Amino acid sequence: MNDWFRIPSDLQNSYLGLIGLHLREAVIPVLVGLVVALPIAQLCVRLRWLYPPVLWVTTVLYAIPSLAFFVVLIDYTGQTETTVMIPLGVYSLVVFVPAIVDGVRSVPQETLDAATAMGLGPVRRYLQVQLPIAVPAIIAGLRVATVSSISLVSVGMLIGNQGALGNLLNDGQIYHQPRLIWLSVITTAVLAIVVDAVLVGVRLLLTPWMPRGTRKARPAPAEPVTEDAAR
Amino acid sequence: MIRIDSVTKRYPDGTVAVDRLSLDIPDRSITVLVGPSGCGKTTTLRMINRMVDLSEGTISLDGADITKQPVNTLRRSMGYVIQNAGLFQHRTIVDNIATVPRMLGWGKEKARARATELMERVGLDASLAKRYPYQLSGGQQQRVGVARALAADPPVLLMDEPFSAVDPVVRKGLQDELLRLQEELGKTIVFVTHDIDEAIKLGTMVAVLRTGGKLAQFAPPAELLSDPADAFVEDFLGADRGIRRLSFFSSAGLDLKTSPIVAVDSTAEQIAERTTPGVPYLLVTDLDGRPLGWSEPAALTAGSIDTARLLAYGRPFAAGKDSLRAALDGSVLSPTGWAVGVDDTGRVVGVVSQQAVGEAIRSAHAAVRPDTKAVG
Ligand SMILES: Nc1ncnc2c1ncn2[C@@H]1O[C@H](COP(=O)(O)OP(=O)(O)OP(=O)(O)O)[C@@H](O)[C@H]1O
Ligand SMILES: [Mg+2]
Repeated sequence: MNDWFRIPSDLQNSYLGLIGLHLREAVIPVLVGLVVALPIAQLCVRLRWLYPPVLWVTTVLYAIPSLAFFVVLIDYTGQTETTVMIPLGVYSLVVFVPAIVDGVRSVPQETLDAATAMGLGPVRRYLQVQLPIAVPAIIAGLRVATVSSISLVSVGMLIGNQGALGNLLNDGQIYHQPRLIWLSVITTAVLAIVVDAVLVGVRLLLTPWMPRGTRKARPAPAEPVTEDAAR
Repeated sequence: MIRIDSVTKRYPDGTVAVDRLSLDIPDRSITVLVGPSGCGKTTTLRMINRMVDLSEGTISLDGADITKQPVNTLRRSMGYVIQNAGLFQHRTIVDNIATVPRMLGWGKEKARARATELMERVGLDASLAKRYPYQLSGGQQQRVGVARALAADPPVLLMDEPFSAVDPVVRKGLQDELLRLQEELGKTIVFVTHDIDEAIKLGTMVAVLRTGGKLAQFAPPAELLSDPADAFVEDFLGADRGIRRLSFFSSAGLDLKTSPIVAVDSTAEQIAERTTPGVPYLLVTDLDGRPLGWSEPAALTAGSIDTARLLAYGRPFAAGKDSLRAALDGSVLSPTGWAVGVDDTGRVVGVVSQQAVGEAIRSAHAAVRPDTKAVG
């Protein structure tokens, strides 16, 4: 049984260590992406004309292969986790910006009017009304961004031992060991499913105010885990 | 007092929503802005709390120009209630109501206590406190909206068609509740509606606006009904303005007849004794004195009156409390042409004929001025 989880020594990591690395490299950029996307999205809500160009920029950034990012970044950040995480963070913007903009815009005009009429200034209105009501949309975006980030981390193998479960997959190919390939693919898939389930739980906790049964449940994207590995 | 002084609002696209409007809105009473859709009611209301900036003229509150004080301070002194309530969907009812007190720095406990007190005031059960807005009916949400606006006890209440999204029965309940609350609280209320009946029922003063944001008439409702300023106002008041005007005359002066009334267990002698010359019918009541129906005296069998064969008695009016309109309505609805006056407990105090109601109406019209406030 334990043989199943034995990791080749060239990865310099245990099975659990690989999972930890993989999660860290997937989740941190998404969280940073979220923090960056919030003010950008708010700007887009306030200045309507800004939204289309911003959307265009995030889409173009998303279209840049991670390999291209690596080539540029490696001179500055070297063969580190940071080099893997920067493009992942950038990619997450393409999901977050529209998710937050739509979420904030979904706040009914009369709710905003009521807040204004009560003397809530723009900052209070944003923090106390718009943002909380946008939470379901933001978490829907967070789910998509996190799951795709988990699958994208694997490309870190292109710059050495930074691909976590991706390196495991690579080793499986080099050493002709199907066990390692299966282990990598299944573990990545399970990670994605578990993290997604956690996020669904977080949303349920944060939004007791949503009518039951009509929650805007957005199913996790069922993309094959290795699809983006060639980036 | 809120003084609107030759105020004009021109939107950036050139629409003139309000045109040189002047209104003196009296303290501690309900002033209604009424008019057809698009006539500038909402714009006027929103200029008062500066959600819309006026283009020309001035608005002052107790003599001070509203643009001279910080906008959020001004807004916190004015509760605002809108159609569909505009509740914060992510907050519980009690937290919705406590929003402004919390913002003003009240402690959590104090703000919640105030919210709970207000829920009772507006007729909401305390068990709803922990619910979220989606778990409430439209009428309940509207009550929460009113409670929320009252939370910090602002002297002014601005209401923009607050009751137009609920069904007529609930609306009537909310209107009655507002009048009752106003009696207790004495706020300066500016109330926007497009429903002239609502305006007449609620308003101490009614401002009728016409399309283009011009004032057509500003008067107490009774005066509006008796002396509409022009054809537009007359048209807007609708066809039965004469009947509606009767709402402003009390039924107190009606000469109620107490003789043609018999209890259901009456003997032949009692029936004979009660039969009144000139009154072809007798009103039969139950043993408590509540009306059961009309009958010709000859058709009554002493001792065991068959209540199933009685004529309907229409809708009784509260004698002395309801208006002549209710009395007239009662007499029109009754197949005998006689209206039944009852007291608070529903017991018959007397009956009155259509002719007598008509005479009362004529003498009321002849009197110098009708009451200024609607009765019943
Ligand atoms: N933001 C705006 N920009 C341009 N025109 C506006 C704006 N808001 C309102 N208007 C116009 O001003 C006029 C008055 O609008 P307002 O909302 O005050 O009417 P209202 O009397 O409240 O109507 P309703 O009974 O339909 O609510 C209308 O012609 C409307 O189209
Ligand atoms: Mg309006």
